[in-house]
Amino acid sequence: MSRVKQLVILSGKGGTGKTSVTAAFAHLAVGSQPNGLRAVLVDADVDAANLELVLAPERLEMHEFVGGDVAVIDAERCTACGVCVEACRFEALAAPADDRPPQVDPVACEGCAACVYRCPNQAISMQPQLAGHWFRSTTGYGPLIHAALRPGQQNSGKLVTLVKQQARLLALDESYPLLLVDGPPGIGCPVISAAAGADLVLIVTEPTTAGIHDLARVLQTSRHFKLPTLVCVNKADLYPAGTATIKTYCQQEQVELVGCIPFDTVVTQAMVAGVPVTAYADGPVTQALRQVWARVKGSLGLPGA
Amino acid sequence: MPRIVVASGKGGTGKTTIATSLALSLDSSRTLLIDCDVEAPNAHLFLQPRLERREEVGMLIPEVDAPRCTACGRCAEVCAYHAVVVIGKRVLVLPQLCHGCGSCAYNCPEQAIRERLDVMGVLEAGPTPSGVCFARGMMQVGEAMASPIIRQLKRWAGDGTSACRQAAQAGLHPDASSDGQPIVILDAPPGVSCPVVETLRGADFALLVTEPTPFGLHDLRLMVDVTRELHIPAGIVINRDGVGDGQVEAYCAAVDLPVLLRIPLERSIGEGIARGEPLVAIRPAYVASFQQLYACVESILMETER
Repeated sequence: MSRVKQLVILSGKGGTGKTSVTAAFAHLAVGSQPNGLRAVLVDADVDAANLELVLAPERLEMHEFVGGDVAVIDAERCTACGVCVEACRFEALAAPADDRPPQVDPVACEGCAACVYRCPNQAISMQPQLAGHWFRSTTGYGPLIHAALRPGQQNSGKLVTLVKQQARLLALDESYPLLLVDGPPGIGCPVISAAAGADLVLIVTEPTTAGIHDLARVLQTSRHFKLPTLVCVNKADLYPAGTATIKTYCQQEQVELVGCIPFDTVVTQAMVAGVPVTAYADGPVTQALRQVWARVKGSLGLPGA
Repeated sequence: MPRIVVASGKGGTGKTTIATSLALSLDSSRTLLIDCDVEAPNAHLFLQPRLERREEVGMLIPEVDAPRCTACGRCAEVCAYHAVVVIGKRVLVLPQLCHGCGSCAYNCPEQAIRERLDVMGVLEAGPTPSGVCFARGMMQVGEAMASPIIRQLKRWAGDGTSACRQAAQAGLHPDASSDGQPIVILDAPPGVSCPVVETLRGADFALLVTEPTPFGLHDLRLMVDVTRELHIPAGIVINRDGVGDGQVEAYCAAVDLPVLLRIPLERSIGEGIARGEPLVAIRPAYVASFQQLYACVESILMETER
């Protein structure tokens, strides 16, 4: 095996089914061949990581993630002059009442240290802040690298990068041919980190006005970073006119539409049962996911395609 | 001036559905909806605003005056984000990493760094046919940081409203009766990290939209942690009620969070929303439900004040 391939699942709009599709791929990759296609699974939605809920992981390791620094004011040295309040562009320092030191809002503090440099009394220092944890786990479908950002923390992009690096190291060490990455919603910092270095992006969209609007945004983003991209439509029969619009749009944009997955409450039932939908029922949803996976695998040039 | 944020950890639970229908159910002459999901904004699809005001938005990033620069490296040293690097005799600025804090310019011993506005997106505002006032931010594709855009959007939207509608101005007047106060509804992005926190800052109430599934519950818990950390009172909307299991309901009871509205999983509702119709247009009976919900929010806010 020459190198590790990276498949990243994105959507723009949240709730289109990224995690359900990723979990199904994890199951199909291992289950669809005699010896299975070994993959390292990555949950790059560190804000709201859900892949673990359907892969029943057993946690092997837990590591701390120290994000940015936060400003801490030494009350002894502070003269409440208010210079730091003016220096902060993130509204993280509240103006001092009477002669007391300003309050630092740790959630708003971006860790830039602008206040530290301006303080005439050297009363401010920066202290690292525990921003979350990342984990190495094992599942029935391969190793899973995932993380939990502490609620309200910054640096989700940095944690995504860390999680992907760890997954990549593991893949290289143990000769896994594939990183299967469940991405976050949106098009900003964590998405850019999740998509960095992808060999293939699969956009999971839905035939709603909002889904189509965000499909265009995320497709522009993956093109901006020159990443090969495929599209699949989830809940495709919910609004056939929307699916038709997506088909036309994909043709215009010359991006390949690799499948349509029907709407079926079996997807929710599988989620409640805590298993990938393809391992739960062999109905129309599973059939459609098999086809999508075959096309994706072919595009990645993986064996068994 | 009640500021209500509609949020949810998990994406696709129906934030925009709830935010837009809530706005459409209240006194439109004093309601402003701000779409704070600047990465994937969708509220305009349901409200059809006429975007009359437009302003570019961005961040101050450094620009090095090469003749003055001695490549001493102080700027790179003070940058917490590695957005300034010195390579030989040249200083390279990486705008994607810059947070616009201004430390490099402030610390440069030669005053060789000036700051210029790097455009990251646009802010837009205008009236909607319903009378509800609307504002949104749209981040440029390829940009990383949503928070600065949200921060400026929230500040700017106030001006946008008063300019586009006199009623809001009246409401902002200190002498205005509490009945005439503007109602601001903020549609948050998904997740629980910085863009969401930026949206929640200064909010009076968080309306948390979830679905009764394991994913919905998992992300709701995280969201509740955020609102508690920020000391913002919260209430729950359960969307697609009946789809999964009873865990969300049990959780809400256990942590003493009021369920203010339930919307059942119905194909016809899903189809209407897919077409871009607001929930209250598909099912007008929900107008009364949203008015009741707002009354509950008001009474919770009055209790909290006391």
